[in-house]
Amino acid sequence: MSPLTHLQSLEAESIHILRVAVAESDRPVMLYSMGKDSSVMLHLALKAFYPSTPPFPLLHVDTTWKFREMYEFRDTFAQDLGVDLLVYQNPECLAQGINPFTHGSAVHTHMWKTEGLKKALDEYGFDVAFGGARRDEEKSRAKERVFSVRSAQHRWDPKAQRPELWRLFNVRRSPGESIRVFPLSNWTELDIWQYIRLENIPIVPLYFAAKRPMVEREGSLIMVDDDRMPLEPGEVPVERMVRFRTLGCYPLTGATESKADTLSAIIQEMLLTTSSERVGRVIDRDSNASMEDKKAEGYF
Amino acid sequence: MSHAANDLLVSDIDAYLQRHDTKTMLRFITCGSVDDGKSTLIGRLLYDSRLVFEDHLAALEADSKKVGTQGGDLDFALLVDGLAAEREQGITIDVAYRFFSTERRKFIVADTPGHEQYTRNMVTGASTADLALILVDARAGVVTQTRRHSFLVSLLGIRHVVLVVNKLDLVGYAQEVFDRVASDFRAFASELGIDDVVCIPLSALRGDNVTERSVHTPWYSGPTLLSHLETVEIGARKDGPFRMPVQWVNRPDHEFRGFSGMVVGGSVRPGDRVRVLPSGRESTVARLVTLDGDLTEADVGQSITITLADEVDVSRGDVLASATAAPAVADQFEATIVWMDEQEMLPGRSYLLKMGARTVGVTPAQPKYKVDVNTLEHRAAKTLALNEIGVCNINLDAPVPFDPYEENRDMGGFILIDRLTNATVAAGLLHFALRRADNLHWQAIEINGAAHASLKGQRPCVVWFTGISGAGKSTIANIVERKLHEQGRHTYILDGDNVRHGLNKDLGFTDADRVENIRRVAEVANLMVDAGLIVLVSFISPFRAEREMARELVGEGRFVEVHVDTAVAVAEARDRKGLYSKARRGELTNFTGIDSPYEVPENPEIHIDTRLHSPEEAADEVIDFLLEVVGIVR
Repeated sequence: MSPLTHLQSLEAESIHILRVAVAESDRPVMLYSMGKDSSVMLHLALKAFYPSTPPFPLLHVDTTWKFREMYEFRDTFAQDLGVDLLVYQNPECLAQGINPFTHGSAVHTHMWKTEGLKKALDEYGFDVAFGGARRDEEKSRAKERVFSVRSAQHRWDPKAQRPELWRLFNVRRSPGESIRVFPLSNWTELDIWQYIRLENIPIVPLYFAAKRPMVEREGSLIMVDDDRMPLEPGEVPVERMVRFRTLGCYPLTGATESKADTLSAIIQEMLLTTSSERVGRVIDRDSNASMEDKKAEGYF
Repeated sequence: MSHAANDLLVSDIDAYLQRHDTKTMLRFITCGSVDDGKSTLIGRLLYDSRLVFEDHLAALEADSKKVGTQGGDLDFALLVDGLAAEREQGITIDVAYRFFSTERRKFIVADTPGHEQYTRNMVTGASTADLALILVDARAGVVTQTRRHSFLVSLLGIRHVVLVVNKLDLVGYAQEVFDRVASDFRAFASELGIDDVVCIPLSALRGDNVTERSVHTPWYSGPTLLSHLETVEIGARKDGPFRMPVQWVNRPDHEFRGFSGMVVGGSVRPGDRVRVLPSGRESTVARLVTLDGDLTEADVGQSITITLADEVDVSRGDVLASATAAPAVADQFEATIVWMDEQEMLPGRSYLLKMGARTVGVTPAQPKYKVDVNTLEHRAAKTLALNEIGVCNINLDAPVPFDPYEENRDMGGFILIDRLTNATVAAGLLHFALRRADNLHWQAIEINGAAHASLKGQRPCVVWFTGISGAGKSTIANIVERKLHEQGRHTYILDGDNVRHGLNKDLGFTDADRVENIRRVAEVANLMVDAGLIVLVSFISPFRAEREMARELVGEGRFVEVHVDTAVAVAEARDRKGLYSKARRGELTNFTGIDSPYEVPENPEIHIDTRLHSPEEAADEVIDFLLEVVGIVR
């Protein structure tokens, strides 16, 4: 046999990680965000446990502000696969009607996502949670472990992380502790796209260019996905040919103008353009170290 | 990311992607201190392979002005220094993983710092690396730190080393400087057993020989760093024997039972004979199951699910291995231990050892010595503190299958976990077993005693004829065997004549030797019962204790004690072998019945008085008992 390709190596490593975590945990769960990384991670889980179905549920920590196409994708997709899908909406946010317009992006993200995730994990008692984060996304992630221990308060202490040698992962937890597991740690954005293309993995159509009703705010193209979005005086949504490089809450996710409507075209565009992935996420703008701060608080 | 130079990307994206689909992966580690320009080199590789995004670049420009060390120029080191705290201090404090990619390869770079936490971090980074990139400052040459890095690289079994002689611009690109550093290093590396060394003259800051051949080093004809990394052949462990630790038993329903894991040695195909360790049971690979269909072969590095042809017992943590080249199983080892915890190692304390998919209790003994990583000298040690490396014996609670680390990283590399804090406190490398585990079935056995017996259509047993010499044991046993043979039974006779001439010819007739004689005969008889035979043992076996030992070994219900009883006078009168007369003349000592006791059986299954019955009648009585009570025919 010829040597494994880089995608075969990455796939095998991710499957290995998924199996280690499942074999050595009591209540595993996979965080599912409908993004392309989530889609790849779920695809890998289907492979890892075949012919069994993945022995854990999917958990979507919802903010109620995702794109409509993401919700449609989530509901049909989970049904087709026959996997358990749990949707968790932080009741405190629901009660207070937290939204990015009145409360700002920082509060919105913290309350729905960071706090929502912690509450969901506590309520269900999950001890191991898979996340789709990659080390290449952001500098502080480069040092994140594949198996990352969180305290009972879900805090991440960069000084108390366990060394990871060979293919050996220490999955032991003290009472109350949980472990976040990142099977895609060593994948890059290009790897993800190449793999989606090779494996025909279904992704949310928002990744492909189409005419969408857009407004421009502070240099970002924001899609007017429903009528909850308050328009500024004189602001009129304009149909523009755009696509999204990352998906999140629609008011916080910038689009790029593009004609790329096939996977090949998306990859070509990505290779030819020179802005990195998270630039489309408004939440990262605050400061260079912001991801690190969020992680210390318990964000994924 | 702009591979703008690549026309194919623009003109034919599908062809371009097809090329990228077949690229391979290389993991390497970079060793060197901040002063050696390590971060700058990695930053340069990222930058020159055009993997720095525009917004990262904007941040880099801003950071370079703010905290950069290169005046107004881009400070590439800032591209790779991650955490906020260390960015302020200007040092990296952990292992960071970086990625870049060319058309031929994807690279994973483990970047480790060169300061006080170096051992722990470097060992961690090196554990997954195929190649090590060791940086030296051309002005300083091979220094203590270079030796330390090289030692750790060789300890972790990295076979390929690139020596980067950096900052060559600061010595005027002088060939003599490069040659001297390179030859110093080669001499040192060969002492450590590192054979594949490539030395490259380079300036990370100026970009000489990083991705493009430098005009300043016309005297250098070797590869640039990147082209070497792209083409170096990394021999995986494909040639070794097949190994797969079982991570997970896959049971979607009652029909399917698969064993999931990653192949960590050799390759496997359906039809291959495999052994399950530590049990030693064997079976044949039926299928290699994946979501994309069954495979005809799986290689090192692939995650698969195996089904076996037989229903053998396999659990998580077991190892499936080539039946013809299975790993040894043991519970005591000599190991190298790299201590990684603030709290020092406590010899005698019980830790957890994780290796492959198995976790067992382990107790390390006091180290035999520790290694000074700077001088490589061995020093006496009572314990191991953070970042210390030592060799000690370890004692496991349960036997584990293993290969020496030098032969297979995944089969010989382990971590130690503190039972209380659950922290990973050490990394370890198994070298060899101190003894084989003694509580094992080395060839256990899916074709077991029942299978043997059923093929022969009989219930195996031991018929143990005991009695003084000349009582008629062998005569009766021979008739019994002949009659059973005529009935199609599978039999074998063990008697003094065929055992004492071979297996037991080292034994005499002292009491101790008689005990050993009977022990061996009982063991052999027991193996023959397991093989499915009706075993006829014809031995004086004078001592009750040994006959009881044989009975316990074989098992009640399968052991028929036949006392062939006669008076010493009668036997002596027969004296077919002339032994009694010899004994009487004093030419034989320790002769049972004359000067050595015979302990008469208290409750034999069959008692035959040869003064009252002919040998034929005695044989019939034995056969009736075997048919009716033992039930040898089925």
